[in-house]
Amino acid sequence: MIPAAFDYVRAGSAAEAISLIGQHGSDAKFLAGGHSLLPLMKLRLAQPSVLVDIGRVKDLSYIKDAGDHIAIGALTRHMDVEKSSVLAQHAPLLAHAAGHVGDPQVRHRGTIGGSIAHADPASDLPATTLALGATYVVQGPKGTREIKASDFYVGFLESALAPDEMLTEIRVPKMNGAGWSFQKFNRRAQDWAIVGVAAWRRNGDSGVALVNMGQTPVLASSVSGALKSGASIADAAELAVAEASPSADNNASVEYRTHLAKVLVRRALEQASA
Amino acid sequence: MGIIGERVLRTEDPDLLTGKGTYIDNLDLPGAAHVVYVRSTVAHARIVSIDADEARTMPGVLGVHTFADVDADGYGLVPNDHPMLPAQIRRPVLASDVVRYVGEPVVAVVAETRAQAVDAVERVIVDYDPLPVLVDMEEAKSDGVVLFPEFGTNTVVKIPSGREADFSACDVVIEARIVNQRLAPSPLEPRVAASRWEAPDANGVRRFTHWQACQGAHSVRAPICEMYGLPPEQVRVIVPDVGGGFGAKAFNYPEDILLPWLAKKHDRPVRYTETRTESMNGLGHGRAQVQYVKLGGTRDGRLLAYSLDVVQDSGAWPRFGAFLPVLTRRMATGTYDIPSVSFTASSVLTNTVPTIAYRGAGRPEAAAAIERAVDLFAAEIGMDAVDVRRINVIAPERFPFKNTLGTTYDSGQYAKAIDLVLDAADYPALRAEQARRRAAGDTVMLGIGVCSYVEITAASAGGEYGSVTVHEGDDGAVRATVVTGTTPYGQGHRTAWAMLAADRLGLRVEDITVLHGDTDIVPHSEVSGASRSLQLGGTNVWRAAGTVVDRARDIAARLLEADVADVIVADGVFHVAGTPAVSVNWSQIIDSAEPDQLSAIGDFAQADGTFPSGAHLAVVEVDTETGKVVLRSLVAVDDAGRILNPLLAEGQVHGGLVQGAAQALFEEVVYDPDGNPLTGNFADYGFPSAAEFPSFVTVHLESPTPLNDLGAKGIGESGTIGATPAVQSAVIDALSHLGIRHIDLPCSPRRVWEAISGAVG
Repeated sequence: MIPAAFDYVRAGSAAEAISLIGQHGSDAKFLAGGHSLLPLMKLRLAQPSVLVDIGRVKDLSYIKDAGDHIAIGALTRHMDVEKSSVLAQHAPLLAHAAGHVGDPQVRHRGTIGGSIAHADPASDLPATTLALGATYVVQGPKGTREIKASDFYVGFLESALAPDEMLTEIRVPKMNGAGWSFQKFNRRAQDWAIVGVAAWRRNGDSGVALVNMGQTPVLASSVSGALKSGASIADAAELAVAEASPSADNNASVEYRTHLAKVLVRRALEQASA
Repeated sequence: MGIIGERVLRTEDPDLLTGKGTYIDNLDLPGAAHVVYVRSTVAHARIVSIDADEARTMPGVLGVHTFADVDADGYGLVPNDHPMLPAQIRRPVLASDVVRYVGEPVVAVVAETRAQAVDAVERVIVDYDPLPVLVDMEEAKSDGVVLFPEFGTNTVVKIPSGREADFSACDVVIEARIVNQRLAPSPLEPRVAASRWEAPDANGVRRFTHWQACQGAHSVRAPICEMYGLPPEQVRVIVPDVGGGFGAKAFNYPEDILLPWLAKKHDRPVRYTETRTESMNGLGHGRAQVQYVKLGGTRDGRLLAYSLDVVQDSGAWPRFGAFLPVLTRRMATGTYDIPSVSFTASSVLTNTVPTIAYRGAGRPEAAAAIERAVDLFAAEIGMDAVDVRRINVIAPERFPFKNTLGTTYDSGQYAKAIDLVLDAADYPALRAEQARRRAAGDTVMLGIGVCSYVEITAASAGGEYGSVTVHEGDDGAVRATVVTGTTPYGQGHRTAWAMLAADRLGLRVEDITVLHGDTDIVPHSEVSGASRSLQLGGTNVWRAAGTVVDRARDIAARLLEADVADVIVADGVFHVAGTPAVSVNWSQIIDSAEPDQLSAIGDFAQADGTFPSGAHLAVVEVDTETGKVVLRSLVAVDDAGRILNPLLAEGQVHGGLVQGAAQALFEEVVYDPDGNPLTGNFADYGFPSAAEFPSFVTVHLESPTPLNDLGAKGIGESGTIGATPAVQSAVIDALSHLGIRHIDLPCSPRRVWEAISGAVG
């Protein structure tokens, strides 16, 4: 549980962080809350040569009402997302999901940007922001660009971020009173989900995304499509895994995961419609 | 008088909670080097070559050692745990020619810092030639592959049947195969040890000091002396605060018994602290049985015959785990009077972590088997399993009771324990709620499980060192010092022994100092395990204090010019009964005492083990769509004889209930077919947290044992023995309307869902 040797530099601003990453090349990694990266380093599954600590970049921790959406700084900690009154009003699904990440210690250290940039399909917030149709703002040496959540996750722990780009802001459309549900199925409170579902529903529109049902967080478009065409919740839930590619592990076979996804999507939609 | 039975707060806690405890990893050992081990990455293979050239050149590296280096000095083999283990199988301290499980230490890397040692470990290249792997204990039993060809079989311990159980008079016989899964003890503090050779004394003899987080200083010292050919007086073993052991720290391991050699080789202290993953894949595992049960009786619920055949996984090297069936056998029939019984067992080698004692060690396995069998029998005859238990439990007037396997139970109130647990849980109301949910077709079903259990504590009987000395403290005040052979690793011995001494001496708990865990202070000691400490160690503190008081009364009688028979002691003051105005106190007695007169050693040895018993009731909710189980309540009646301190007893019960329920619902060490461990950390291993449990209900019941002065039995393990079958039974009960009769441990969501989908098609 001792990481391999690495160099450590601290950035004071996003621009400085990007410049430092650029200088140190592809073996360098951003360090935010550290709750995904450090365990991998302690197990020596990750051995970055340089850590660029962005934990003290002050202007990236915020939750702001930006009109049609809520803007969340990438360094905002899970606990602040969970307790935010702005999100409670405009994106309660996200606040609620943040309250299910890890345990209280993890939520006080881990950041929403770190969780999304890590692109773990088993994490709660990538799928939740995907369901909500979020847009991620990333900054690189050539300036900033926006990436839709639906374009961001490209593989297992792999995102559309270039090595010298940094996620700076998460933009979550206001839910405007939509019904919602977050279903996290796990064995122990602090576990990753065996299967999770984030869903919202408003009139004919809906967003449903799955946690731990493939190499990336999965947008269950077929479910939303069926609902739009007037399918019942039960029938729509049967399409839960149309876009998924679940794998087996100690906790679940493919068959069990598939079953769980259907049950949880149905429950999520029922709750979101209630 | 009167402190016995009080909820005295743990005197240990202020230091432990404020960081003033002394754990070995925090010991300041100037000049100490660190050892980290290169561990086998394969389950079974011949070592072709070890290339440590690059590692030797790494910064801070002081030495890289293989089996050949240690063997050249004559210390290559670790002493066997037990004389009954096969002499042909001797474990090398580092893997010699063959590795036998993933995690086995192969090479020792010593460096200035731990980080440097870890870095160098990564540069040691071991080339392996794979051998056939045995993970499944039943496959191992068939001897298709024999792991030690020179021994000829994988079966290292065999318990043959004395006689066959006679099922001929039974109306109904049930049979089942039951898995009691492998568990990782998971103490919060992993294995930690350090060794230091001291400067030569006047005779030129170098003693050495060995620190180890363990369950008995002398029991760790003996194998060290055996391995290195040293007289005991040359070795001092110190056991400071220990962060849990659960049986697994009752033993030496290669990683710590090599430290004296490393410390000598490098002529400086060497310390070892393992990581959590090393602990999960190296500290001994527990349980690991496959049980074949057969139970028969009459249609009106009378049990007549029982047979239990156990396959025990002893792991890659035979250790204490190979003997677990011996303990399983003794209470195989549980709390029931079953006239015809047979028991057989085979302990077999596999390519997995060696098994050892884990909280309960053989008794939880016995209780799980018989309780499951009783449930199956009750289901078969269509009777409430509670009623089957009531019909067959041993009546209180029959104690001492010798069971069919020859074990004598000392005391117990088995039916009363069942009645108490049913009352406390409001059993009829629970059954009514279950019926309502079933009638309504609810998604979430209610299950109720009841377990009746008996277990053995202080199984090896005998004694445990305990002395009490009353003396003047440094501050001039009256003090008493207790020296005990017991080794606490979380139980609260310091509080408990101080209470016993204080009660007899008429002093305050805070006037008592309890010393333990140092072979230079404690003359001799046994392993603290099998819930023996209060009965044996505590009784000797009690007796020693009694002897000191008797001698003090002699002195007081002389000072008071009274007959000793008339002298009483109250609150530390001696006076003639009826005339408290004329008295002498401890200070006066100390001043008048001969040297050593106020110091005594307890002379108690217990003739046999004692048999705590009880009944547990679990209530679970099972989501029939997902298989998820939520433990809604757990009610425990634990009868451990007379209770010295209910607070300490409840602490033991609560911890045991968590571990017992965790076996039922969460924990399982898993290997893939190639012998790779899949549960090497707390993310993958189902170690639960407080969030997974309700508050427990504990109900008081005392059947004092006649076997010791205190009337006390052990309570360290009862929770793990009663809770597992109760919770498992509750899960199955919730689904019994679907025709489900059995789900193996742990009742994980996946297993429960598979059972449901198998039942409903």
